[in-house]
Amino acid sequence: MVWRFKKHSVLPGFGLTLGFTVFYLSLIVLLPLTALCLKSTSMGWAVFWETVSHPRVWASCRLTYETAAIAALINAVGGFIVAWCLVRYDFPLKRVFDAMVDLPFALPTAVSGIALTTIYASSGLIGQWFAPWDIKLVYSRWGIIIAMTFIGLPFVVRTLQPALEDLDKENEEAAACLGASRWQTFRFVIWPTIIPALLTGFAMAFARGLGEYGSIVFISGNMPMKTEIASLLIITKLEQHDVAGATSIAVVLLVSSFVLLLSINLLQWWSSERLRGVS
Amino acid sequence: MSIEVRHISKSFGNFTALHDVSLQVHDGELLALLGPSGSGKTTLLRIISGLEVPDANPDSEILFHGQSVVDCPVRHREVGFVFQHYALFRHMSVADNIGFGLRMRPRATRPSKSEIRDRVGKLLKLIQLEGFGDRFPSQLSGGQRQRVALARALAVEPKVLLLDEPFGALDAKVRQGLRTWLRRLHDEIHLTSVLVTHDQDEALEVADRVVVMNQARIEQVGTPDEVFHHPQTPFVMEFLGQVNVFHGRVSQGKIELDDPFVSEHANVNVGSSPPAVYARPHELDIQRESTSGEGFYATVKRLHLAGPIARVLLEAENGGDVQVHLSLERFYELALQPGVAAFVVPKNGRVFEAASKMKLG
Amino acid sequence: MGFSNQRGSGGRIASPLLEPRWVRWSLTAFSCSFLVLFLVVPLAVVFAEALRKGVGAYWAGITDPTAWSAIKLTLLVVAISVPLNLVFGLAASWAIAKFEFWGKSLLITLIDLPFAVSPVVSGLIFVLLFGLHGWFGAWLDSWGLQVIFAVPGVVLATIFVTFPFVAREVIPLMQEQGTEQEQAALTLGANGWQTFWFVTLPNVRWAVWYGVILCNARAMGEFGAVSVVSGHIRGKTNTIPLHVEILYNEYNFVAAFAVASLLALLALVTLVAKALVERRIHLSSTSLEPTTVES
Repeated sequence: MVWRFKKHSVLPGFGLTLGFTVFYLSLIVLLPLTALCLKSTSMGWAVFWETVSHPRVWASCRLTYETAAIAALINAVGGFIVAWCLVRYDFPLKRVFDAMVDLPFALPTAVSGIALTTIYASSGLIGQWFAPWDIKLVYSRWGIIIAMTFIGLPFVVRTLQPALEDLDKENEEAAACLGASRWQTFRFVIWPTIIPALLTGFAMAFARGLGEYGSIVFISGNMPMKTEIASLLIITKLEQHDVAGATSIAVVLLVSSFVLLLSINLLQWWSSERLRGVS
Repeated sequence: MSIEVRHISKSFGNFTALHDVSLQVHDGELLALLGPSGSGKTTLLRIISGLEVPDANPDSEILFHGQSVVDCPVRHREVGFVFQHYALFRHMSVADNIGFGLRMRPRATRPSKSEIRDRVGKLLKLIQLEGFGDRFPSQLSGGQRQRVALARALAVEPKVLLLDEPFGALDAKVRQGLRTWLRRLHDEIHLTSVLVTHDQDEALEVADRVVVMNQARIEQVGTPDEVFHHPQTPFVMEFLGQVNVFHGRVSQGKIELDDPFVSEHANVNVGSSPPAVYARPHELDIQRESTSGEGFYATVKRLHLAGPIARVLLEAENGGDVQVHLSLERFYELALQPGVAAFVVPKNGRVFEAASKMKLG
Repeated sequence: MGFSNQRGSGGRIASPLLEPRWVRWSLTAFSCSFLVLFLVVPLAVVFAEALRKGVGAYWAGITDPTAWSAIKLTLLVVAISVPLNLVFGLAASWAIAKFEFWGKSLLITLIDLPFAVSPVVSGLIFVLLFGLHGWFGAWLDSWGLQVIFAVPGVVLATIFVTFPFVAREVIPLMQEQGTEQEQAALTLGANGWQTFWFVTLPNVRWAVWYGVILCNARAMGEFGAVSVVSGHIRGKTNTIPLHVEILYNEYNFVAAFAVASLLALLALVTLVAKALVERRIHLSSTSLEPTTVES
């Protein structure tokens, strides 16, 4: 058979729409990202390594990864329970709570940053309860974790909700008929079915945490070596006209995001392979 | 294990699924709950299993072998339940699916791993799927999946087996095969079983007794023979096969028909007068000339001969359709052709009028 | 039907698919407190702090000329980026959902790419391109044009971060709907444009709205990317979120929260609109499903 770029179709407009799509995509997305790639390759491995191995950069990257992982973990647990309750139970104001889950998507990060800082500061609504114990929630790692948890929450809840809704009620009934207790049903029937969705949500929250900037700069205190995250360091480097340094850190962040994106896609492929077929 | 339910009602919001239903299932029999959609048959099955709870009523009772199980939650009721859409665990292999119930038992009563493996092996053999233990449900055909679901239900050695439209999602040919297989299986293991179906052929062919349900109530309980040949209500008559309904009048102990037509699922109002005569197509005969003065005049409209019997559609004088089934010999003897005039003579039939039943011919 | 409303007869046994009451209660209590602590309280605090010194101070914060110019710039950015991404989203959906061609899944992945790029990096790539030492920096400078630390940079960065919103909402829905209806329209004599306008678009209009709402919210609130390219020039390249940052860093908390409250209001409107549109999408998709008969 002759290889064809496009299968025959009677619908019009393919050339126009695809042409515009590719043109616009190249202009807005591909060109700038290519610039980043070329810049990072042209400056050479040595410069890259020098930047990344600098203690301050190293510390900020480690801090970013650690706090993002902890926040994603908190979200995996908390978000799971929230999603479970929203799907399975009835409680007052449920629909309001459900809508509120998207708040971190809708609220600009700068606003959530200053709001969270105000609440968790030692004089704030929640922070004051921790102050007597000498626990500083803001201008510390805790602050970064709080901000990352805030912005990551909807990712876990929104990926889990459809998975929980799609659970086959008959599967649970079958388990009950076969003598399984409620806990056994959860452990052996429900849990294995939703674990891919939970992992996907975790990975998305983690990726979002890695790149987050707006809400963290207000709450973290931005102390070099201590509470300075990678995104902030990029801006600092730029302000010092160290474009190569900024690019190096950006490459690290970008590669991490892509690896995560790839693993999310693999996860989804894996789960759909595993569960396909049976209605 | 016998099952008895007494005075069970269930409503979902404004919809009444069951209205004061009582029923007995004898030990070791295969009982079919037959009825159209919404007749309450699945709800009754789910209440027996414990998956659904009946409406509160001091008289209501569910007994397994004479003992009340109303307070017994589903997981302790020891029922095997087979779902219409199999409800197999997609992430488990066939063997793990079948062994699931055994693995869920408390440690004290749980069989050892090798015992479970043996039991699963035996069941795989029983459902003719030896060597399929490592496959996943997604790799099986619909009929195979339903057999696995049945094996999974049997693995825990339930006291009763409940099947909810088990063949409903399968295509006609697979259905037929599984139906025969299920009946053979039941003859082997003699487990008290309740089968829900909306397919009258399935119920009549497989079951020891059939319960015909309609609009949240039981219409009739009896052997397949009884419900087919001696229906007690017009609904049962109509639901179990094709029916000709003739409206008429009773005069001097005889029935005068005035409105013959074919009806397959008309909703008949019992007890309304004038009465109606119900006759299945095979309960009518065709004669070229009226010999006894019985019957009525009609014109042959269409013939359908591709099958073991001859199906003749006639048009009565008032324009109504009449469906008659003849043996092929009888048909060729009569030499009917479309357009030929003939007499339709009832050999058998029933008059439904209030609760009374009267035989013709 | 949910699992939650099934009560046992006379409270004798519970539904087999329901956890014990204490489990349900503690999980629900945890969820509610988690959501209140992390979501409701921050939102409420924005308004509380904004009104801390009374309506007068609040009003002064919003009507300040620099705040006003930030609002105007944000609206300008939205007015450019949202329509562009809307047109792109529709064109991309049509090409991807209605045709089979080589490299389609790669194209879908590339469209989603900006979501994987962190905001600061999104800003950085435009600096690399148009900054003084960037690829086109010198060339632009020779023409006296400035992109970085100017409005065009802010617009570009915003377009980049909001790029996939409309496309990713509309593509799956259009794919799901197939091409049968379009083919029917063509056989009935409609031209391509009529087919799109009268058949395709009405079928996906709620998904389009959904994408536009999300795109708009992000465009108005983007901080990281814009922060890199804007240069924070007061009254010139400051968007609302950047203005909030400046006020906050100057310890002008009331004004910061006053301006922030505008964005919080926007977030609330977004949430309500999103919930409404979600319901419409849900309704229109359920009405399309074949009716199943329950026995």
